[in-house]
Amino acid sequence: MLARGNFPRAGTFVSNAEDKILRTVWLVAVTIALVTYEGFAFAEQAVDPTAVKSEDGKYLDKEGNPTFKVASDGTIDWYTYSGYRRYHSECHVCHGPDGMGSTYAPALKDSLKTMSLGDFLGVVASGRKNVSTSQNNVMPAFGDNPNVACYMDDLYVYLRARANDAVGRERPAKHEDKPPAAQKAEDSCMGKR
Amino acid sequence: MRKVLFATCLGAIAAFAAGAANANDELNKMSQNPKDWVMPAGDYANTRYSKLNQITAANVGKLQVAWTFSTGVLRGHEGGPLIVGNMMYVHAPFPNTVYALDLSNENKIVWKYEPKQDPNVIPVMCCDTVNRGVAYGDGKIFLHQADTTLVALDAKTGKVVWTVKNGDPAKGATGTSAPLVVKDKVLIGISGGEFGVQCHVTAYDLKTGKQVWRAFSEGPDDQIMVDPEKTTELGKPVGKDSSLKTWQGDQWKIGGGCTWGWMSYDPALNLVYYGSGNPSTWNPKQRPGDNKWSMTIFARNPDTGMARWVYQMTPHDEWDYDGVNEMILSDQQVGGADRKLLTHFDRNGLGYTLDRATGELLVADKFDPKVNWTTGVDMNKGSPTYGRPKVVDQYSTEKQGEDHNNKGICPAALGTKDEQPAAYSPDTQLFYVPTNHVCMDYEPFKVSYTAGQPYVGATLSMYPPPGESHMGNFIAWDGKTGKIVWSNKELFSVWSGALATAGGVVFYGTLEGYLKAVDAKTGKELYKFKTPSGIIGNVTTYEQGGKQYIAVLSGVGGWAGIGLAAGLTEPTEGLGAVGGYKALSDYTALGGTLTVFALPQ
Repeated sequence: MLARGNFPRAGTFVSNAEDKILRTVWLVAVTIALVTYEGFAFAEQAVDPTAVKSEDGKYLDKEGNPTFKVASDGTIDWYTYSGYRRYHSECHVCHGPDGMGSTYAPALKDSLKTMSLGDFLGVVASGRKNVSTSQNNVMPAFGDNPNVACYMDDLYVYLRARANDAVGRERPAKHEDKPPAAQKAEDSCMGKR
Repeated sequence: MRKVLFATCLGAIAAFAAGAANANDELNKMSQNPKDWVMPAGDYANTRYSKLNQITAANVGKLQVAWTFSTGVLRGHEGGPLIVGNMMYVHAPFPNTVYALDLSNENKIVWKYEPKQDPNVIPVMCCDTVNRGVAYGDGKIFLHQADTTLVALDAKTGKVVWTVKNGDPAKGATGTSAPLVVKDKVLIGISGGEFGVQCHVTAYDLKTGKQVWRAFSEGPDDQIMVDPEKTTELGKPVGKDSSLKTWQGDQWKIGGGCTWGWMSYDPALNLVYYGSGNPSTWNPKQRPGDNKWSMTIFARNPDTGMARWVYQMTPHDEWDYDGVNEMILSDQQVGGADRKLLTHFDRNGLGYTLDRATGELLVADKFDPKVNWTTGVDMNKGSPTYGRPKVVDQYSTEKQGEDHNNKGICPAALGTKDEQPAAYSPDTQLFYVPTNHVCMDYEPFKVSYTAGQPYVGATLSMYPPPGESHMGNFIAWDGKTGKIVWSNKELFSVWSGALATAGGVVFYGTLEGYLKAVDAKTGKELYKFKTPSGIIGNVTTYEQGGKQYIAVLSGVGGWAGIGLAAGLTEPTEGLGAVGGYKALSDYTALGGTLTVFALPQ
């Protein structure tokens, strides 16, 4: 489990001391994530995604990582739904609808089958380059983009749900209400409207 | 001695003045020669029509592949090659390679240009790393690189003559569109509507690359280059601060309105025409007002940059219906009178015909019957909403508000037609239009702006119209009456530029990779050949050594490569889709090849 806080608004948006502290937390998180990536991420087995507990509407697996929850009537948790929305705003122009991939970016519904949380956070925050004579694939760093950085868990659980076939290609029909904790985190991260 | 000097000076001045005029006259004259294809759309009127008639409706069935050429790049290949005399200029997506081939010498590579560009520009490009081709003029080839560098290359050697930076990729501005050479200037737009760029069209001096004028799509009057009294919309002066008044605060500074489509030019009226794209963000609630002049047709004087007239098609966009698609200029009779017309097939699903001298709106009709966000444009000149589309509340993402999923909007954000240019044949007086037949769910929500990061603010899913399994049509359109004359179903969106010829044949490509030839009068399919990859390029024709050739780039990608590589939402009982709608990846794979066709010996 990584030490993580709410992701702050970055760059010119950082205005007070609290934000700066949060930002530091975030950078530390990225560093740890990258260490994990360099270390044993490739050999890692996929962790059982079953939700074992809930904290303020956010579901966690047995290792304490955020995960999805689909009720028997198809209702999904708020974070998976939120991830669906943010994915289709920020990510799908390269990674395709529903994490299916495009002609120039990988299908994340497959990548998340083997990618660890730390690896995921590191790549999203810092970007990735794969440029050679036959390939020109570049992913930008989203760590400074509040539309992404404030919703890292949401994106992760949505794609984790896709990778585990828990959520299909359709738009999720029913979802849990937005938990007050999610609203609070969003307000502090994105800045109140 | 003094007299001699004076005479020499006069001569030099005369020669200089003539030189400026000649570059244009030369180009205009060359564009009349059907053996060449000297500008992106073949001619200034953007007709994509060729007088070549060796290949006819009767013999096109015998067409064969004459030769092929690989660009060495595997991303989406939009645009098409230029042909100037015995030389062909072929461009590629990022890294934006340009090849000069000698058509009279076994298509040998005479020179190759490959710029060094920072690959960090790649993810700032909205939808794949496409480039829509090069322009020719004054012995130079002009290329707008991904990193917004506009470069002039010596057409004979490929040596760089001058370069100029047209925008800042760190803020999301990129180069994808083809330049247009007009008189002594080269005109170029810019991309970045999904990154909140304040977009513009800029004119550079043909000889030196020095900036002559720059006209933004939104901002103060001096920046957008309108005259409050003389620039008109639908016959009335636009008035002071016509753009500023339609934005909240400083939002126009990140307002989008990008300019990455194909420009056209009328030498007699001395006006250039182009469209501007979506206002940023895609969440309409975040930018109250009409957001002028996004989604607008512009007619500008190429010498000064000043706008003669404007027409905003989709005020306060709520669906990402960019207005960048090409303006096709034709001279036809409307109501018994000769009219100088401009026809435009907009992303919003309406086909517009205007008087291109005055900007008077003559026709605005749906070119896909499934279009449902509007009941049509108010054509009553006395009405306070004259010229505005009537929006259906159910499909208004503004009315329904943030965090509401608006279902079943047709067309989808990629439009009933995107950048893939249509063709016009003066023989049939019909337009040949590649179209998308796709609907969407659209949910806008709050986003915040960070320079150089996506600024989108909506999530959407796309699918064929309910009850249908095909996602494209290739149609013939009568611009005078606003009617579809014939329509051919295509399994996928038709994302290839069309070509009409005097041989009575119309050509286009498909996303599966077929180059197709159809009868211009009836739409009957006469020939098809499957090229190495899906086609999002434009079909070109030229003559070399007494023989007519047809050329097209294949290489699937672009925005079509995003949704369609994965397949859009799969068919379900609920949608009532019949037949097998399958992902594009079942039909084709990445590629980058020019395929050239001719009749057998």
